[in-house]
Amino acid sequence: MDRPNAITRTGFTLNGQAVSVDADAGERLSHSLRERLGAREVKIGCNAGDCGACTVLVDGAPVCACLMPTARAGGARIETVSGVAGSDEGQRLVQAFQAHQAAQCGICTPGMMVSAIALLRERARPDAAAVEDALGGVLCRCTGYRKIVDAVVAAGQGDVAPAPVSGAVGTPLMRLDGLPKVDGRERFGDDVAPVGALVLRVIRSPHFHARFRLGDPEAFRAAHPWVRLVLTAADVPGRNSYGVIPGFEDQPVFGEGYVRFRGEAVAAVVGPADEMARFDPADFPVAWEELPPVLTVGEAMAGDAPQLHEGHAQNVMTGGFVKHGEAGAALDRADVVVEGDFTTSFVEHAYIEPEAGFAEVVEGRVHVHACTQAPVMDQEMLAGALAMPLRDIRIVPTATGGGFGSKLDVSVQPYLALAALRLGQPVRMAYSRIESMQSTTKRHPAQIRLEIGATRDGVISGMRFEGLFNTGAYASWGPTVANRVPIHASGPYRVRDYLARARGIYTNGPPAGAFRGFGVPQSAIAQELLFDELAGKLGMDALEFRLKNALENGVPTICGQVFEQGVGIRACLEALRPHWKALGADCDAFNARGGVLRRGVGIGAGWYGCGNTSLPNPSTIKAGLRADGTVVLHQGAADIGQGSNTVITQIFAQALGVDPAGIRLVGGDTDVTPDAGKTSASRQTFVTGNAARLAGLALRRQVLALVNAPGDAVLRLGAGACVEDGTGRHPLRLDRMAGDDEGYVLRVTESYDPPTAPLDENGQGVPYAQFGYAAHLAMVEVDTALGTTRVLRLVAAHDVGRAINPLLVEGQVQGGVAQGLGMALMEEFLPGRTENLHDYLIPTFGDVPPIDTLIIEEADAHGPFGAKGLGEHALIPTAPAILNAITRATGAKLRQVPVTPARLRAALKEAGHG
Amino acid sequence: MGFHRPDRIDDALAALGAGASVIAGGTDWYPSRGDGPVPQDVLDVTRLPGFRGIARDGDGWRIGAATTWTEIARAELPRGFDGLRAAARVVGSVQIQNAGTVGGNICNASPAADGMPPLLTLDATVELVGPGGVRQVPLDRFVTGVRRTGLRPGELLRAIHIPDPLSAGAAFEKLGSRKYLVISIAMVAALVRAEAGRVADARVAVGACSPVARRLPELERALVGADAGAVARIVTPDLLGGLAPISDVRGSADYRMDAVAALVARAVGTAAEEA
Repeated sequence: MDRPNAITRTGFTLNGQAVSVDADAGERLSHSLRERLGAREVKIGCNAGDCGACTVLVDGAPVCACLMPTARAGGARIETVSGVAGSDEGQRLVQAFQAHQAAQCGICTPGMMVSAIALLRERARPDAAAVEDALGGVLCRCTGYRKIVDAVVAAGQGDVAPAPVSGAVGTPLMRLDGLPKVDGRERFGDDVAPVGALVLRVIRSPHFHARFRLGDPEAFRAAHPWVRLVLTAADVPGRNSYGVIPGFEDQPVFGEGYVRFRGEAVAAVVGPADEMARFDPADFPVAWEELPPVLTVGEAMAGDAPQLHEGHAQNVMTGGFVKHGEAGAALDRADVVVEGDFTTSFVEHAYIEPEAGFAEVVEGRVHVHACTQAPVMDQEMLAGALAMPLRDIRIVPTATGGGFGSKLDVSVQPYLALAALRLGQPVRMAYSRIESMQSTTKRHPAQIRLEIGATRDGVISGMRFEGLFNTGAYASWGPTVANRVPIHASGPYRVRDYLARARGIYTNGPPAGAFRGFGVPQSAIAQELLFDELAGKLGMDALEFRLKNALENGVPTICGQVFEQGVGIRACLEALRPHWKALGADCDAFNARGGVLRRGVGIGAGWYGCGNTSLPNPSTIKAGLRADGTVVLHQGAADIGQGSNTVITQIFAQALGVDPAGIRLVGGDTDVTPDAGKTSASRQTFVTGNAARLAGLALRRQVLALVNAPGDAVLRLGAGACVEDGTGRHPLRLDRMAGDDEGYVLRVTESYDPPTAPLDENGQGVPYAQFGYAAHLAMVEVDTALGTTRVLRLVAAHDVGRAINPLLVEGQVQGGVAQGLGMALMEEFLPGRTENLHDYLIPTFGDVPPIDTLIIEEADAHGPFGAKGLGEHALIPTAPAILNAITRATGAKLRQVPVTPARLRAALKEAGHG
Repeated sequence: MGFHRPDRIDDALAALGAGASVIAGGTDWYPSRGDGPVPQDVLDVTRLPGFRGIARDGDGWRIGAATTWTEIARAELPRGFDGLRAAARVVGSVQIQNAGTVGGNICNASPAADGMPPLLTLDATVELVGPGGVRQVPLDRFVTGVRRTGLRPGELLRAIHIPDPLSAGAAFEKLGSRKYLVISIAMVAALVRAEAGRVADARVAVGACSPVARRLPELERALVGADAGAVARIVTPDLLGGLAPISDVRGSADYRMDAVAALVARAVGTAAEEA
């Protein structure tokens, strides 16, 4: 019963406007702002104060709106990014954030912006340390933070006007879609549902392995009369098993009496928003019968282990294999052999945007608006699950608040589509952080055994790799990991005699899938750490040892593939040499003073094949010219923050011969953009970039043909479009041409598929048309008494072939470094134990050091303008560089990541530190 | 049912007696709900008289239970509070410090509560108000276990009383796996008063290494009389009796015992330097 003094209506000012709201008791301010007052610029990342995305100013002070009861806001002055962006400080920040590339996906940016405003109001010209302290409560997963620090410092100094650039290939053009990410207008998965949409929640298994029986649905409905729909496996009209790799469609939309992991869906409930907010999913009737789980590959491969999937003895999902030369014989004749067993952990993607979206039925078709990395794959999955033709399914990607591989798989999509089709009404959902961490894919934990030999002259003589990858309950991209790892585990080196086998093992862990690098970051740790040990045993400098064995043009890879051009690892390593020497000397001088703090430098290198492994991998780009001279680019490559909207446009514009600023971007939307493939495998710049280049060239040819102009003529599109050549100015008179059904007077559609060839039974062939290369140097300081590590400096050399946009290259590199740093030092997803962002730690503002990005341009014959992919490469060398630096500083032998303080302290004791 | 934000203690106690869930800063209250719904009967204590602010109180100091960490970090307080103020600046993040309260930190009774070690070294006492009136309990007897306190049904924590630490030096050391937004693996507060270069009074407390943060009386006794410039070497593992850390996702028990010795030496050393 209501007591008379209970607060029922709360009034406050929101961005200067008086507002009032009827909120539930205890309702979070973040919820009221977004759902009752339309302030969707306030983002919800965790609902626990762990990420800071929902930061608003309450009477000028930054607080997490998810931790504040709305009823307490009575009389307060609330400001969000939308309210502050227009102020003087706000405008400086808006400009500086764009100029410095401080926003990538943009989901954390509203929290960053208001935190920065509060700082600038208090302190007009903050230094970097003050910025880190003030913004330290907001997590970012894309940028690595340094660009944000730079932007806020610059905004304080009033130094915000970027130098003008042409936008041509090779110039640091600001993100074309950057402004809405900074001023709060960007709309992500949970920001687009219409008012009044019903809300869906998934009921999930609390057990790793269980049989279950759903309780009486009628009794549940009777007790919850507001419930509009309950969905279970029986409601899936098509295939209740899906997956991303043909032959591995093993994951149900809803479990059928049996679940294989904690977090697996068994049912869904749909109802009106307010009732759903009060609904406790624990009230949904499910009778569970727990079964003994297998959580590690060792348990899963044991003789008495339960078989999680039929036809997979010992729970072996699948494997990959590469054999080149005779590894055993080469190891036998090596003068020095090192070996080790390495262990890595589940790693969570921890994008700040939990999966979210809504679905509706429009003229008999289902439209799904959600964050995604792979719209066409989502469409294909839904076609299977819904038993509907592709043409009746429209995927409209929203802005995606980070993906890093996990948003290649469907999450909310099938539930939303099923519910919308059943109810004929819009249905929305956003995963909670816990739900996101429990149920979406992870990086595979690896157990790696590796042996490497060398002859006395420092030449590698034999490498043998055996890796077991915990793929969790379902295959997801596990087959890709098993496939890719043997092709990459040599690192970018010449290894004449090589044998590598990787197997994916089913367990009752969360499904492990795609995560930046597809298993290669794990194998690189083993290989690069043993390289340092090998160099040490040989008495060689670690950098010189790598240079001695670096892959070269004209030299076969472990797959027998010979690149006649474009092998850039030597240039990357050479670029590190001056830093290696100078920083190494700094560390020696520091250590000479004694004490518990020890410093060291370390190097790691890596390579990564861009695009699918020996499989077709096409991208298609469409473009058109309108009668008014507007060029429209149908760009379907999902931009999840990495910048494909900008890079693909730059490439297209360069090929067409116009300024990218004038091009109108359309997409991604399966109704209007052709399939540009998935945003994965570092393929968009390379593959979709090539399709865009071909489309630009084709459109250029068509335009020139209109006036018979020569190939080097200059296009002036837009109003009064014309072509200029040596003979003068030729009007195009587009307005006299008939437009097609889309209003285009000229149109082109071009595809590109990288030239690869199948691998034979020994993994020999042409897996990729190009590789990108990278080498990182880390300088660390270890507190030997506590086992803590501070990374003081990171130098990242990347061969990108051609930097289409150096600003975006730096952004990718710095963000990758931050993720690599997290993997090295703190990130460990323990199923059932670290399902939130305070027990699962990712780097914060104070953990990522200044990063020098050294761009190497070893042009690639297949890349658009010579460009290579970059996304995955950016984190592969980081963890090994950091671990090697720790070992160099302290002598500690490291075999497991993350190197938490407890693990490092134990290793330090073994190494003789008291 | 409903959200109550009374400004009279009687109204608050009535709401509490009727079963309302108490919220102060909300920084632990909301996360503890997980994916479940939030309670529909809530008592907000932040507007109650005597629950807010820092003031002299006779020979000592009084801190209202709903005083935020930011208010503590920014308050003008004697040097002996430096450990508490340092702790205030490393609780969560600026956002958490702007909302989270010292009283909430105590009542939440987490072994990893950053406020507990410095408050223990300050010999803090808690002031409780309930249907039976007001009573005071020493802090070290108030928090009794993991998520357990001596709060009786119908009682609220209203304030913390701290005797004047005089000219003592104080320090706080927090060990975590990252810089910001981190739950402590272990933390140590030390408060040292010196006279003529010798330790006259030493108080050391350790958090996250036992169900409740605790003082180290053996070490404190051993420190008295020592050369204030060379206290760190007095810290030996045998003087850390009473600590019983657990292994969890943040670190093993062995690691905690090992690291905490180094942390204690540092905290005591810093406090002695400041003394």
